[in-house]
Amino acid sequence: MSEQTNFIEKEDVVVKFCGDSGDGMQLAGTLFSDAAALLGLDLATFPDYPAEIRAPHNTIAGVSGFQVHVGRKKIETSGDFVDILVAMNPASLKSNLKWTRPGATIIVDADLFDEATCKKAGYLTNPLEDNSLEGYNLVKAPVTILTRNALQPLGIDNKTADRTRNVFTLGIIYHIFSWKLDSTVNYFKAKFKKKPEMIEANKLVLETGYSYADTVETLGSSYHIAKATMAPGRYRNITGNVATAWGFLAAAERSGRPLFLGSYPITPATEILIELVRHKSLGAKVFQAEDEIAGICSAIGASYTGSLALTTTSGPGLSLKSEAIGLAVMTELPLVIVNVQRGGPSTGLPTKSEQSDLMQALFGRNGEAPVVVIAASTPADCFKYAYESAKIALEHMTPVILLTDGSLGNGSQLFRIPKVADLPSITPPMAEPNDKDYKPYKRDPETLVRKWAIPGTEGLRHRIGGLEKENGSGNVSTDPANHQIMTDLREAKVQKVADFIPEQSIVGAKEGDVLVVSWGGTRGTTEAAVEELQKQGKKISLAHFHHIMPLPKNTHKVLAGFKKIIVCELNSGQFVNYLRMKEPDYRYTQYNKVMGLPFTVTELVNKFNEML
Amino acid sequence: MFEFPNKTIERSVVELNKADFVSDQMVKWCPGCGAHAILASIANVFPKIGYRKENFMMVSGIGCSSRFPYYVNTYGFHGIHGRANAIASGVKIANPNLSVWIATGDGDSMAIGGNHFIHIIRRNIDVNIVMFNNQIYGLTKGQFSPTTPMGSITKTSPQGTIEHPFNPGELVLGAQGTFFARAVDTNVKLMTEVMFEAARHDGTSVIEILQNCIIFADKTHEAVTDKELRDDAQIHIKNGEPLIFGKNRDKGIRLNGTQLEVVKLGENGITEDDLLVHDQYQQDPGLHLMIAKMYPPHFPVALGVIRSAMYPTYDDLVEDQIAQAKNKSKILCVDDLLNSGDTWEIK
Repeated sequence: MSEQTNFIEKEDVVVKFCGDSGDGMQLAGTLFSDAAALLGLDLATFPDYPAEIRAPHNTIAGVSGFQVHVGRKKIETSGDFVDILVAMNPASLKSNLKWTRPGATIIVDADLFDEATCKKAGYLTNPLEDNSLEGYNLVKAPVTILTRNALQPLGIDNKTADRTRNVFTLGIIYHIFSWKLDSTVNYFKAKFKKKPEMIEANKLVLETGYSYADTVETLGSSYHIAKATMAPGRYRNITGNVATAWGFLAAAERSGRPLFLGSYPITPATEILIELVRHKSLGAKVFQAEDEIAGICSAIGASYTGSLALTTTSGPGLSLKSEAIGLAVMTELPLVIVNVQRGGPSTGLPTKSEQSDLMQALFGRNGEAPVVVIAASTPADCFKYAYESAKIALEHMTPVILLTDGSLGNGSQLFRIPKVADLPSITPPMAEPNDKDYKPYKRDPETLVRKWAIPGTEGLRHRIGGLEKENGSGNVSTDPANHQIMTDLREAKVQKVADFIPEQSIVGAKEGDVLVVSWGGTRGTTEAAVEELQKQGKKISLAHFHHIMPLPKNTHKVLAGFKKIIVCELNSGQFVNYLRMKEPDYRYTQYNKVMGLPFTVTELVNKFNEML
Repeated sequence: MFEFPNKTIERSVVELNKADFVSDQMVKWCPGCGAHAILASIANVFPKIGYRKENFMMVSGIGCSSRFPYYVNTYGFHGIHGRANAIASGVKIANPNLSVWIATGDGDSMAIGGNHFIHIIRRNIDVNIVMFNNQIYGLTKGQFSPTTPMGSITKTSPQGTIEHPFNPGELVLGAQGTFFARAVDTNVKLMTEVMFEAARHDGTSVIEILQNCIIFADKTHEAVTDKELRDDAQIHIKNGEPLIFGKNRDKGIRLNGTQLEVVKLGENGITEDDLLVHDQYQQDPGLHLMIAKMYPPHFPVALGVIRSAMYPTYDDLVEDQIAQAKNKSKILCVDDLLNSGDTWEIK
């Protein structure tokens, strides 16, 4: 390994690995981000994969990518434009070039750029030869041949060798950053414990890629990123879906209520189910149901019996659960419904991200059936908001819909590990055995919350269900006046939650020219765009909402301090219309995108500048 | 008399009686509805089962049958249409120390809730499903159901139904059911007996009750329950006993090759020894299926416990896996989990 001739000091770098699905790009990206994290860099990742497990080879439809944004500064998004692109085949080059910064380094497997593959990707001529990539730092690496050659002495056949091409490119990337190979080699050691020959093979390919990079003149300069300045503490890398699962496990432990998940597999929410089922040692009961409806109904049954009950899904699944959410509203039972949003309607864009289920979460049920709606905003804070959703559900005896999205769920970020004992306490309103005054719908006068009397408890036998109940006694009632009272109480009980959630915060001054409003998974981009303009001295602030139903109590005041308000969201204007309903005193401009893609910081900066 | 159920559910330390399970709610079924007799049977059997009264839990869906939880003084949950079996699955998995009873109907469990019905049976979750089969949608006032006999005139089949009805027993056994019993609403003693057997069984117990809807499908089970006909149209099967029926107990069921047939005792030299002897515990469901399928006019309807086979229950396996995981795993609290795998300190 020769000396690096010159270092380029960077604040942040965006790397994207892309290739045919099955080329191991997700793994390469994950290993790279793990290595970065261990070196003390901040990071955010975003996987971008097709809905098909193996779409036709070498087609645009089959391109799978994994983007990693690393830096010493606070990393808020997975990055708009790519600085280093690994493109294994023509299709992945073609579909990612528009997101690649001019002058970026592009590493291709030159062995996979032939007439047939170029044609399949829709290239008329070979882009490696027609000078169309002149504006980039192109590295035409013979990845396939060098990988096969390296592994031949070990007696490894070409087919097996080809599966380690991703590791070769990883070696090149590590050379660019002058990183040690340890963390990745350790991964191979753990992964292939039972196949030592694969540890050796992967290590050899990684080193071969690293050495190869040494010989490439165009890679003479190396990137250097200093350690990020992060709050002291213990850190790990975590995806939003895993963080969601862990938040619930923490809430179960802290509340003393056993965790029950009833769920049906659906992209991109399945990883929460997969993660929770791994933790039976923590007492988690996970039921893979026969359908979405059984998922939520089993959770409602578990909730009646005293569990922290959960169901996880994505858009179409939320539609199927609507009737049962109404049942949980009527029976005033704690339940958290996680919707990892994806592109809709119908099957829509299963692997792409959108924020288009907000109205469904707020209102998508028969009758007036208010629920608490909370949205997480980064992969790591899925932990916090899952925990908070569980706390509110348990303490307020109400269903809570937690909205995340595909980008958050699959994206990853560094996570500062909390101590469970430091998390807020959770105190569900358990009914006392043999309480002579117990009535199913007798309420706490302050919070309007009824008591939770779980089967098995002496002296509290009672019946509840989906029919309207008399307030207090809980007897079935068709009395018109009682229905009015109960309808009002259900709404008021949810609104009372506002007394228990934090006030809405503002990034920047409380007054100014423009207030950017966003919610949920767009925080990384809206915050980065606003901060960029603030640095330029613009009077712009951000109010990013996590609490949607109810809205924080100071919402009216927050909106009052600005000449203009622009609401940005990845739908056609659902939150903005909700604000028009709830806070009608203001004029709202809206900025929307429904392409299954996140916002870019650049487009937001341009849009905000138009308003300033 | 009754044996003690062999379960881990906590038993009552005091002797219970019917009054312990009477609810304070007015029973609003039509006068003459078969559901009243089912309610009486439940009130009979719960004290006999002898669990602590707080450990009983009733779950239901929607329909006339599903008002049941309001009429029994236990913990109870009246769900939504078709979902009783899914709700009850969550109840039993979350708290296996409850004796879970599901009141459901032919529409609730075999039409809108058909999916949950077959899957709870397939999993063998330890619950007791009492299915009121009145062959009609009663609460919506008289539309045909999945068990309405083909050709029946109903509000939604003015020219007669053109679809084949389910035989619930076939469906249960097809879904790998471990317990299936059948009773008629005119026989409280029999209902009480099979309910007790259901409680004793570890796994999903399905009891089909041929129930009369006096308003919308009156006498729908007449061919089976009519006083004049019933001795020849019903066969009360008992484990270990030959299949004999008839007013004079002179008829029986014999296995002839691969088919069941009705034979007359004393004719052609046929004796009791030639008859099929019922074995409700045998694992192979083949004969159980043949018995469950018997129906007039060629056969009597089999009443009693048709199948009660031993298989592990889902809820037991859940507990086993949790115990194993707790035994093996190094992650025993959430702090362990948060700090597992690759983590690093920033100072």
